[in-house]
Amino acid sequence: MTAQIAPFPQVDHQRALFAEGMRLDCGVTIAPVVVAYRTYGRLNAARSNAILICHALTGDQYVAERHPLTGRPGWWESVVGPGKPLDTDRYFLICANVLGGCMGSTGPREEMTDPAGRPLGRPWGTDFPNVTIRDMVKAQKKLVDHLGIPRLLAVVGGSMGGMQVLEWAATFPETVFAAAPIATAAYHSAQNIAFHEVGRAAIHADPEWKRGRYWEEGRIPAQGLSVARMVAHITYLSEQALTRKFGRRLRGAAALTFLEDVFEVESYLRHQGSTFVRRFDANSYLTITRAMDYFDMAAEHGGDLAAAFRGTATRFFVASFSSDWLFPTSESRALVRALNAAAANVSFVEIASDKGHDAFLLEEPEFHRALGGFLAGAADRVGV
Amino acid sequence: MPDSPADLRPPLPRSEIRYVAKNMRLDLRLIAEMIPRGARVLDIGCGDGALLAHLTAEKAADARGIEIDMAAATQAVAAGLAVIQGDADHDLAFYPDGAFDYVVLSRTLQAVEKPREVLRQMLRIGRHAIVSFPNFGHWMVRWHLLAKGRMPMTSTWHRAWYETPNIHPCTIRDFFGLCALDGYVVEEWLAVDEHGLKAPWRRSPRLANLFGEQALFQLRRR
Repeated sequence: MTAQIAPFPQVDHQRALFAEGMRLDCGVTIAPVVVAYRTYGRLNAARSNAILICHALTGDQYVAERHPLTGRPGWWESVVGPGKPLDTDRYFLICANVLGGCMGSTGPREEMTDPAGRPLGRPWGTDFPNVTIRDMVKAQKKLVDHLGIPRLLAVVGGSMGGMQVLEWAATFPETVFAAAPIATAAYHSAQNIAFHEVGRAAIHADPEWKRGRYWEEGRIPAQGLSVARMVAHITYLSEQALTRKFGRRLRGAAALTFLEDVFEVESYLRHQGSTFVRRFDANSYLTITRAMDYFDMAAEHGGDLAAAFRGTATRFFVASFSSDWLFPTSESRALVRALNAAAANVSFVEIASDKGHDAFLLEEPEFHRALGGFLAGAADRVGV
Repeated sequence: MPDSPADLRPPLPRSEIRYVAKNMRLDLRLIAEMIPRGARVLDIGCGDGALLAHLTAEKAADARGIEIDMAAATQAVAAGLAVIQGDADHDLAFYPDGAFDYVVLSRTLQAVEKPREVLRQMLRIGRHAIVSFPNFGHWMVRWHLLAKGRMPMTSTWHRAWYETPNIHPCTIRDFFGLCALDGYVVEEWLAVDEHGLKAPWRRSPRLANLFGEQALFQLRRR
């Protein structure tokens, strides 16, 4: 069913197929909808210990295991595992590849279907409709229902994953006992949209992009996608982190040159870019960055963010990181204040870290203690 | 909104209180005794959440906290308590009217930027406010200023004037004055010694103002 695009090797992802499909926020209906996912731990008899993990822009469902494409460890192994904050001995953890992603869920890289659900023998590519964060969440809800889980103990995620957490809490409040939006915001800022647009412009400028039909000749816009990743990667780090890692160290170049990397930070970024294109689809990147840009929860609720959560019984844990300038603490605090205005049960901490936005993925003991304590407190309350 | 409506029974008479919380500051014990079962409580300046944990476990309260110190707030959150890092001056304005039955501010009023506004916010978002503060009218303070002509340094007021966070000290009579000015009903008040034990000055505000090291008030809107 999958139309193969070089240079991705074929991987059999664990998937759930929903023949009825779904109507997207943009008005288009796609059918069928496929959700690729992974689970960790065991669902208890009461089906009360399930936690949904929502991944970020370039993450996927391989949270805590060797990645089938890159062979690298899962992206959140610092947090997920036996005895860790997302304790696989206590909770049943689910992570789904987002709608529009490229790790097996319905998205630009998967085979296109017509309105009647008939396969068309070519990938969606740029014909894939605009999706929103809420569309991603509705697709995940199908999976959660499919797995027979009446209520999630928690929904947890950082960055774009945090946006999904907020959308879950607003759209399906009765299904979410606890919500942990981390290093995120209730809307995507103009600055963040601007950085995304630089990345998209780099992809569009690559001659191999061919207006999104690069798959026809089995090629990819590797240069453009790589530059997009390089720009984005800078926003994930802090000035302190870059200084600590690389400073102004040279790569041993004897003379000034414009033809090769002079500074270590340059070759680091280039490496990030070149490895990224081997696992991520350019059209998916365009689709998902757009979904993030559209995200504005207050706008979805008449301009009043608190209205999105009024009357909620969900318990919230909001966390930000002091050196994160992509999703700064001020945006988390605005979210906390809106939750307070909605009389929601909220915890909030800003973790002191010099690691920038990426801190939520890294070894941050204070953050892990707070997240673990919050989840354990929620689990205690429902008897898990 | 919190799960259960507050039990609106008045607090037990002092003589009937036998429970003594362990590992909790004595003044917090007194405050805990003033709060009925099942109440919705906001503790401003909750520290590591000792009062919140007690109210949650022993009084089935829906207890939430605000703490200015990040390390203490993180510790409270890690203990599973609903605590946000924030402060009295800047965060109260965001809560809706009547969100809580009790809003608690212990030993913090003298350190906020705008005590009158903080008190107004407390009684906007809560039906009752419980406030404790060190009494600047204590005889030691008065004596210190009179005899030495320098800012008092006592066991309660022990930071030098140039580094104390206590920028708005007041006396018990001052506080009565503010309550009268803004029309708050003093439902209960008592003077407390440095360790949080009740001092026997209940009958006379003037004597309490001279001999009470701390004051504890419960207020409501008129």
